[in-house]
Amino acid sequence: MSHLAAGKTAGAKEAAGLRYPSNGKTIYHRPLNRTKTAELSQSSFAYLFSEMVTYAQRRVTGIQELEKRLNLQGHPIGLKLLDLLLIREPARSQTRPLNIISLLHFIKINIWQHLFGRQADRLEKSSNPDTPDEYMIVDNEPLVNAYVSVPREMSQLNCAAFVAGIIEGVCDGAAFPARVTAHSVGGKEEGEMWPGKTVFLVKFQPEVLEREALIGRA
Amino acid sequence: MAASKASRLGEEYETPKAAPPPAPVRPRLTLDFPRDRIWKTRIEKVNAELVVLTYGTIVAQLCKDFDSDYVEVNKQLDKMGYNIGLRLIEDYLAKSNTMRRCSNFRETAEMVAKVGFKIFLNITPTITNWTSDSKQFSLVFDENPFADFVELPDDNRAQDELWYSNILCGVLRGALEMVQMQVEAHFISDVLRGNDTTEMRVSLIRYIDDELPPEDD
Repeated sequence: MSHLAAGKTAGAKEAAGLRYPSNGKTIYHRPLNRTKTAELSQSSFAYLFSEMVTYAQRRVTGIQELEKRLNLQGHPIGLKLLDLLLIREPARSQTRPLNIISLLHFIKINIWQHLFGRQADRLEKSSNPDTPDEYMIVDNEPLVNAYVSVPREMSQLNCAAFVAGIIEGVCDGAAFPARVTAHSVGGKEEGEMWPGKTVFLVKFQPEVLEREALIGRA
Repeated sequence: MAASKASRLGEEYETPKAAPPPAPVRPRLTLDFPRDRIWKTRIEKVNAELVVLTYGTIVAQLCKDFDSDYVEVNKQLDKMGYNIGLRLIEDYLAKSNTMRRCSNFRETAEMVAKVGFKIFLNITPTITNWTSDSKQFSLVFDENPFADFVELPDDNRAQDELWYSNILCGVLRGALEMVQMQVEAHFISDVLRGNDTTEMRVSLIRYIDDELPPEDD
């Protein structure tokens, strides 16, 4: 009996659901493209990003863990951006990327253009025959690192791990499961053209390559 | 070069001014035009959705870390905002180019709403509901960029406990503290909670006296 009663109250609560403002200011009424080209100040982003990194830093013990955490925070953004940007494409190019190259192009061009206002600088395939599953997206000057200076003792750290997480989210969402990591490759010497140069290493799961090979043969 | 720039600036002044009848000139606050110009010419900008989604992921992470203890999440957001505010004020002073102190709290409110929010979030909340002693006012957010794409969790608690944009309260508290004002700020309604408006209440607690720097000798 008591069991039934409990079920009933839970049901009633669920029925209540979320409250919405009476003036219709909900996400369901908001045009999806309203903020497509909207802009906010870069400092707002820098402040938020730095708080995010500082907060994450307090909860981890090592650099790897910190990067993992930033990566995890980017992941859901990538998942959602994939759908959001595809739906904004004109109808004829609205299909999901179906092979590795078109996926990487989508990331290099669409995702980058949307988030950072320009394309990524380069796309490379690993030349090492042992790692045919590795691809690289190169950004000479990641926007997220614009106001980040990494202390010497943490020189391994690249806060663009957050962006790596976004890329990983896009790959996972498109059913190309991958691990993505960010690596600083800029030279440290004086006069270096791109000291902040970052490589996003995309390592696809074996099944992705297997599928790719099958499709290639068909 | 200088001449063309000047004429360009001149144009921006002219166009909006030609249309409406001569507006009552505010004697001290002549910021209505420059604030738009500041936004257009002096602010480095990024895609709004990058900022919005980043904020979203911060809040989501806090909710996860604190096991949906929303009261604690509010606190953390406020703390983060406070840290931001401490540093943001300098940025504000540099960009707003206002080289003098506000003469009273009402003026401070104007600057916060019309210059501060404009510079950093490109919005201008409405100032309203002053108390008669001019120590408390409300900022009503017609638009809140942070709330785009957001729906609070349907767990019967979030809508009663979480103040999604609470970071803004902290920013205000931190920034004003750096210019000798101790304030208290909190949200009293939020569209995300099902209210019809998003409203923040700001109260002046006291002016912090200038402290003499410790003597050297």
